[in-house]
Amino acid sequence: MLRDTLVLFRHGLGVTLRQKVGIVVGAIQPMLFLVLFGPIFTTFGTWETLVPGLIIQLGLLSMGLAGFGVVFEKRSGVLERMRVTPASRLALLLGRVLNNAVTLVIQTVVLLAVAFALGLRAPALGLVAGLVLVVVLGISLAALSYSVALTMNEELFAPVMTTAVVPLILLSGSFLPMSMAPGWLDAISRVSPFRYVLEALRDLFQGHYLTGTVGAGVAVTVVFTAVALTVGSRVFNRANA
Amino acid sequence: MIKTVGLSKTFDAGVDAVRGVDMTVEPGEIVGFLGPNGAGKTTTMRMLTTLLRPTSGSATVAGRDLLGDAREVRRRIGYVSQSGGIPFGTPLKGELELQGRLYGLDRGTAAGKVAEVVAGLGLDGLETRFGETLSGGQRRRFDIAFALLHDPVLLFLDEPTTGLDPQSRANLWDHIRTLRREKGMTVFLTTHYLDEADALCDRVLIIDHGRIVAEGAPAELKTGGRTLDDVFLDITGRSLREESALTGQGA
Repeated sequence: MLRDTLVLFRHGLGVTLRQKVGIVVGAIQPMLFLVLFGPIFTTFGTWETLVPGLIIQLGLLSMGLAGFGVVFEKRSGVLERMRVTPASRLALLLGRVLNNAVTLVIQTVVLLAVAFALGLRAPALGLVAGLVLVVVLGISLAALSYSVALTMNEELFAPVMTTAVVPLILLSGSFLPMSMAPGWLDAISRVSPFRYVLEALRDLFQGHYLTGTVGAGVAVTVVFTAVALTVGSRVFNRANA
Repeated sequence: MIKTVGLSKTFDAGVDAVRGVDMTVEPGEIVGFLGPNGAGKTTTMRMLTTLLRPTSGSATVAGRDLLGDAREVRRRIGYVSQSGGIPFGTPLKGELELQGRLYGLDRGTAAGKVAEVVAGLGLDGLETRFGETLSGGQRRRFDIAFALLHDPVLLFLDEPTTGLDPQSRANLWDHIRTLRREKGMTVFLTTHYLDEADALCDRVLIIDHGRIVAEGAPAELKTGGRTLDDVFLDITGRSLREESALTGQGA
């Protein structure tokens, strides 16, 4: 399985790096928020609060819509051609998901670089730890996105996913911490795993590593990823995927 | 090479797409699997290629148990689906090498097999192009190239010549005959072109409403001066069928 995953990952990475436009397009929206909303936000908040939110937004937009790729592969018969090889079905998923993760790393690093230029100040350890957390979360999001793309009507995938991503971004507290929200909204947001990951990121960016918030974020990420990969591999295994 | 006993598929919607198919295909045969739209051809083929799990029955494909040893079945067969599998926006050479590697070939061997298979199908020089720049006939031959990289002993072709002009069809027939002659490959294909089945196949199986309703060499079936079209219509009737109603993808 590992070999097949690497084979598919390397191939996909080559394609991704050749088509640089896709990497840029996926990062445009968070970058616009950073540049056009950041200077306003920092009149009452800090870059260390805003930037983690934008990274979560980036992850949700970039990885949540990763399934678009497999929609085209399914339609053109490419996916079925691969499913009839002896390659592990989990590898067919992981190879793609890891490729998406690299895209997310590149986008996040660029976002952080611009954020630094604008005034973000966070410790290197916090940034690296945050990046790891985001990449793992991105892997799970991409796996779920592929699952939805393979099970849902192709025409419905785009409107459903883009509609789902927006409330997830808002409920995570990407733009304003959910502690500022009224009780009912705060309670709803606690159902979203992204809130916990975001709060962990904010702690990490402020150099607070061994906190309950970081622990909760890590735990949620691990559980979410395990569930997402299980669902994803089952869908890839299924007859009509 | 293929032996099925009571192979059946019922979809979740309660549609009995394939109902107890018994068939045998001998090594080295070219067998045509014919039937009206929705008769169960594609569903049967998708079961035999491990893409769809049968509801009941058993099968041995390329010497391996279909249900118990699906991965080994995949290692030994090649499959070209109706939709093919040509990606757009990327050179085909890299995709072919990837396919070879997914069949377990190392990088060097995969590159060598790509060159060999591409040359064998008369596609030299075209492998560096993008799929969208090729003609329908060239794309179809590339579809077959994807299925030959690992030297399968059994090749499944689902409507390989649909939409091709007569020259491309004849060219593809020649390639299929060459595969059998030079490699001893067994070929199991579906087609709606009965002249194609007549010219190309040693034997045909006709499926209708999920059951095999006739089988034999084209010459054996064409009794009383009838063409294979006449035989087919006599057996399956002239009423129109719902397209894709019983396929593995449509149901």
